[in-house]
Amino acid sequence: MLYAILCYDSEDAVESWTPEQDATVTAKLDVVTERLARQGRLGPVARLMPTTTATTLRKGEEPIILDGPFAETKEQLLGLFIVECASLEQAIATAKDLGQAGSTSGSYEIRPLRRLRPAAARP
Amino acid sequence: MSAVAWIDVAVRGARPQAMGALLRHFRDLDLAEEAFQEACLRALKSWPKNGPPRDTVAWLVFVGRNAALDGVRSRRRERELPGEEALSDLSDAESPLAEQLDEAGYRDDLLRLLFMCCHPELPATQQIALALRIVCGLTVPEIARAFLVTDVAMEQRITRAKNRVAAEQIPFETPGAPEREERLAAVAAVLYLLFNEGYSATGGGAHVRVPLCDEAIRLARLLLRLFPGEPEMLGLTALMLLQHSRSKARLDAHGAIVLLEDQDRDLWDRGRIEEGLALLDKALRHARPEAYQVQAAIAALHARAPCFEDTDWAEIEQLYAALERLQPSPVVSLNRAVAVAKLRGPATALVMLDALARDLGGYFYFFGVRGALLVDLGRSDEAREAFDRALALAKSPAEAAHIRLQIDRLTRKKEAEG
Repeated sequence: MLYAILCYDSEDAVESWTPEQDATVTAKLDVVTERLARQGRLGPVARLMPTTTATTLRKGEEPIILDGPFAETKEQLLGLFIVECASLEQAIATAKDLGQAGSTSGSYEIRPLRRLRPAAARP
Repeated sequence: MSAVAWIDVAVRGARPQAMGALLRHFRDLDLAEEAFQEACLRALKSWPKNGPPRDTVAWLVFVGRNAALDGVRSRRRERELPGEEALSDLSDAESPLAEQLDEAGYRDDLLRLLFMCCHPELPATQQIALALRIVCGLTVPEIARAFLVTDVAMEQRITRAKNRVAAEQIPFETPGAPEREERLAAVAAVLYLLFNEGYSATGGGAHVRVPLCDEAIRLARLLLRLFPGEPEMLGLTALMLLQHSRSKARLDAHGAIVLLEDQDRDLWDRGRIEEGLALLDKALRHARPEAYQVQAAIAALHARAPCFEDTDWAEIEQLYAALERLQPSPVVSLNRAVAVAKLRGPATALVMLDALARDLGGYFYFFGVRGALLVDLGRSDEAREAFDRALALAKSPAEAAHIRLQIDRLTRKKEAEG
């Protein structure tokens, strides 16, 4: 079985880390992910940019584009895509394509990645 | 991270919003600060035992407010802290409070707090010092170091600013939309001032001033989370990130200035660049270009160029022309002339500079640019004159050293030719 492990924390606090504190945390996590990679258990690992970089597309006949992250509490996180895009414009167009193909309700939050570690081996 | 370091970071992150809410409650900066300090002390006692609260800001506001009601001023006679059950019950108390302190409330609270510190009546240096002390929670010695003044002088500066602000009547009602926009613009201007205070620092003091840039970016990101659809806030944050991305490359190991064209672009911080570009992309989607967005777009073109020779000067020149229309200033025109020099040669640019001579006769950078253009045109004697003027106007040892270097080059060239 594949599991996704999603990270939640206070952005105010994480942004208050010094670069050294940030590097320390990353290095400690790398120790764990390296071990998982050697075991052939590690899929892609992504660190997202801050929520300030997020744009939300609300699906529907006429999709609505909103600045900021997804903020509703009545819908749940069901999945994610990672797509290479040349610009936010292309990312929004891609999300619209996906929205038209899939369910017409719900939203997509579009957020650039800060770091992507590709899957080490096919888990 | 140790427990104390972890709590310190959490409290620092929560401070601007918690202080904003406490200020609304007490309507007095000193009382709000005192209540916040008290809440921090209690956090140090409670969090290691009970674990971190779900909502750090709400916890600090709630505890700070109650501590003040208990009588903050009497804390020096060793009082019993409230029973642990009172604190661990906070998770229940937090929810209604968190509802009261909803996003909209926080955002006006924070904006009010920042706006108070950025009061237009205060001189710029006092605005920045007050914001660093009250909003960011930097200590007086930390701020004094950043401004290269003594602790006593900084303490006085902050006290004066506080007294000035206390005498002002800042309205505590929820601001209307135009008022909110006005406050946001004033705050944005001071954030950029704060950033530049750190960014323009050169020479020996440079490294101690980088925190000013970091604080400016941290506050800008926070404001952006509360006002996600403001193109100029997006633009300002992008601009600061893009400029700050070059900070490691701007000075060499001896503290000498490295010009953009000579910078090692591998030293540029890719993370900041990517984030800045992403924010600029968001801003431009609104198609409401204003000054910060245009400046960010210029910074983005530099960031995107793999090397100096690949810089898109045509686009940069157009953006400076747009900036001249949005925010006319001789300094903007000077920057446009620099782009023109790359595009159409130094002679054309020099003509543009002549038109600016009257306005910029006391500006270091003007004579630096003029000297460089004259060097390119082979007019060494006039170049020497321009550099001499620049040298007299240099505001830091690094600026002076940079100009001396140009003068030395001219002298060596003359000797070689002679």
